[in-house]
Amino acid sequence: MSQTNIGDDEVDIVIGALHADLTSFLNEWRPLFSRFHLIIVKDPDLREELKIPEGFNLHVYTKSDIDRVVGSSYTAINFSGYSCRYFGYLMSRKKYIFSVDDDCIPAKDDKGLSVDAVDQHITNLATPATPFFFNTLYDPFRKGTDFVRGYPFSLRSGVTCALSCGLWLNLADHDAPTQALKPGHRNSRYVDAVLTVPARALMPVSGVNIAFNRELAGPALFPGLRLAAEGKLRWETVEDIWCGLCVKVVCDHLGLGVKTGLPYVWRNDRGNAIESLKKEWEGVKLMEEVVPFFQSVRLSQAAVTTEDCMLEIVALVKERLATLDPVFARAAQAMADWIKLWKAVGSGSGSSRPSNG
Amino acid sequence: MAAASVKPALLLKDELDIVIPTIRNLDFLEMWRPFFEPYHLIIVQDGDPSKTIKVPEGFDYELYNRNDINRILGPKASCISFKDSACRCFGYMVSKKKYIFTIDDDCFVAKDPSGKDINALEQHIKNLLTPSTPFFFNTLYDPYRDGADFVRGYPFSLREGVPTAVSHGLWLNIPDYDAPTQLVKPRERNTRYVDAVLTVPKGTLFPMCGMNLAFNRELIGPAMYFGLMGDGQPIGRYDDMWAGWCMKVICDHLGWGVKTGLPYIWHSKASNPFVNLKKEYSGIYWQEELIPFFQAATLPKECTTVQQCYLELSKQVKAKLEKVDPYFVKLADAMITWIEAWDELNPSAGDSANLTNGSAK
Repeated sequence: MSQTNIGDDEVDIVIGALHADLTSFLNEWRPLFSRFHLIIVKDPDLREELKIPEGFNLHVYTKSDIDRVVGSSYTAINFSGYSCRYFGYLMSRKKYIFSVDDDCIPAKDDKGLSVDAVDQHITNLATPATPFFFNTLYDPFRKGTDFVRGYPFSLRSGVTCALSCGLWLNLADHDAPTQALKPGHRNSRYVDAVLTVPARALMPVSGVNIAFNRELAGPALFPGLRLAAEGKLRWETVEDIWCGLCVKVVCDHLGLGVKTGLPYVWRNDRGNAIESLKKEWEGVKLMEEVVPFFQSVRLSQAAVTTEDCMLEIVALVKERLATLDPVFARAAQAMADWIKLWKAVGSGSGSSRPSNG
Repeated sequence: MAAASVKPALLLKDELDIVIPTIRNLDFLEMWRPFFEPYHLIIVQDGDPSKTIKVPEGFDYELYNRNDINRILGPKASCISFKDSACRCFGYMVSKKKYIFTIDDDCFVAKDPSGKDINALEQHIKNLLTPSTPFFFNTLYDPYRDGADFVRGYPFSLREGVPTAVSHGLWLNIPDYDAPTQLVKPRERNTRYVDAVLTVPKGTLFPMCGMNLAFNRELIGPAMYFGLMGDGQPIGRYDDMWAGWCMKVICDHLGWGVKTGLPYIWHSKASNPFVNLKKEYSGIYWQEELIPFFQAATLPKECTTVQQCYLELSKQVKAKLEKVDPYFVKLADAMITWIEAWDELNPSAGDSANLTNGSAK
């Protein structure tokens, strides 16, 4: 049970539907999802009708909603494939969002008990993060643990956690070359820890299983870095990695926290790493430029909101990355468009959202 | 990647010393015998040198008491603490091995969740013999462990990793809490086995605990000075933390890694929290100044050896921390004495990594 004061009505669960038949997916998650409001966004490339079982409180958005809300003014933003979920983030009016890929189901922990991923993410977001000094016993706010000897007392109140990154049992989120080298490799190690990623340490954020504070992280989570041959398998994308780096840089600048670790979800086997590998190396190559770039980003004192920070990052992307590869120029444009779109449509909680036609 | 067919623990049999500070007895070694017996022990006997510390049969060891320390170091012995386990760093100095594992005499063999005894030494060796990844955080923790790997998005150019200088283990049962926390939570026990090893990112500081610690002495030894604690000093229980902060700044500068997590040992004794509070009292206030000091500390490019880095740090300690307390002037001088003593006892050129191309970051 959640030890926090977050109400169920403060949470939206956003699912990007890359598969039309969500019956078994939603039935697997039903015990954990049924008390929440769900936003399902259908991949605009998906032709078939969505199949959704009864008994959920949900809104479904499709290509026509996306076209209506976004219109033709934000041409750089492409919501197809995994990026469709960002439309859900845009339309949500809740304080917290949990998003999970539609090929994942609830996991069991190392004692065989079912993991309530939603509850764990909410706990992560509702308890402080501790980015300024590393606690060797991991999250000090978890039951049964605390700050260790030598942890400065002035840093023990922590800061707000803006992003909670979960992990995956079975098919871990490796890139295609790694999985192709070890096709039988599956993640069976349940690491019973949540920890804050220290300030100024960057990491690859996987979109497979995340939750975030919408107001703080929303403007930094968007479809930005789109590969030329981006496909419908995570091995063929890096858009979430890009966003995650933006979020971390923004959090480091604004003094917010990012947690990683629990909860785990069970990620079903899907796709063929070798096939994905044959298709496109681009993502792997781009990371070599992307990571040093974000490590070098310094934001100004004037940037005091996530939107401010993102605008500065856009300028830096244009200045330093756009000339290296057109994909970065497009990313910068997408980021700029997203911030405008977020301000126009996305920001604010509780305000009336455009009608779901 | 697949380990060699010979177990790593036996591979380092002649390259690793186990340093144990003690004031009472070494009965705890009986439980560790299956894992420790092949190794050479360096016992540093604190307190009354006229007392005889009995070492269980069958162990190969050298033992130093205060008289030995005074005899070997002469006036430089002033840098080695008395009546505090910080004296253990004398053992690092006299060792001739490449690796050190240090453990407290109230730490026993723990069991993993399957009930199997944990060979802590073997895990430390694995940690030290595999690279660290301080420049980018891997969300699946140590990618070199069996069953793990780098996650999607991790740049390939960073997958070689860097040498691991320190392996910091953890504790089940009595956790390493400070006195205020012990007083507020006297019954809290650490029962959570976190099956992870991870690299502490570059630029991130942490509180290093000396109870269950291993390091590459050839790389980082001179930075592992455990400071002036105990008898005649205004502070105690900050020895390992002081070493950890100095060590981390230097490792970050020289591009080496520090791992934390497994292995666990079973910490059996909770020290008296009232005694601890008196020892730590000044430290609780001082660390508010110390942390920003270490976070801001930078070392010039010209410092390419650990000794150079450490001496530079001692200058900064003296310059910037004197206003916190005159103790830090004494400590800065002791840091210099330590390096002088280290170099005297370890005269060969190869005992500390020297980046000849001056490529310190």
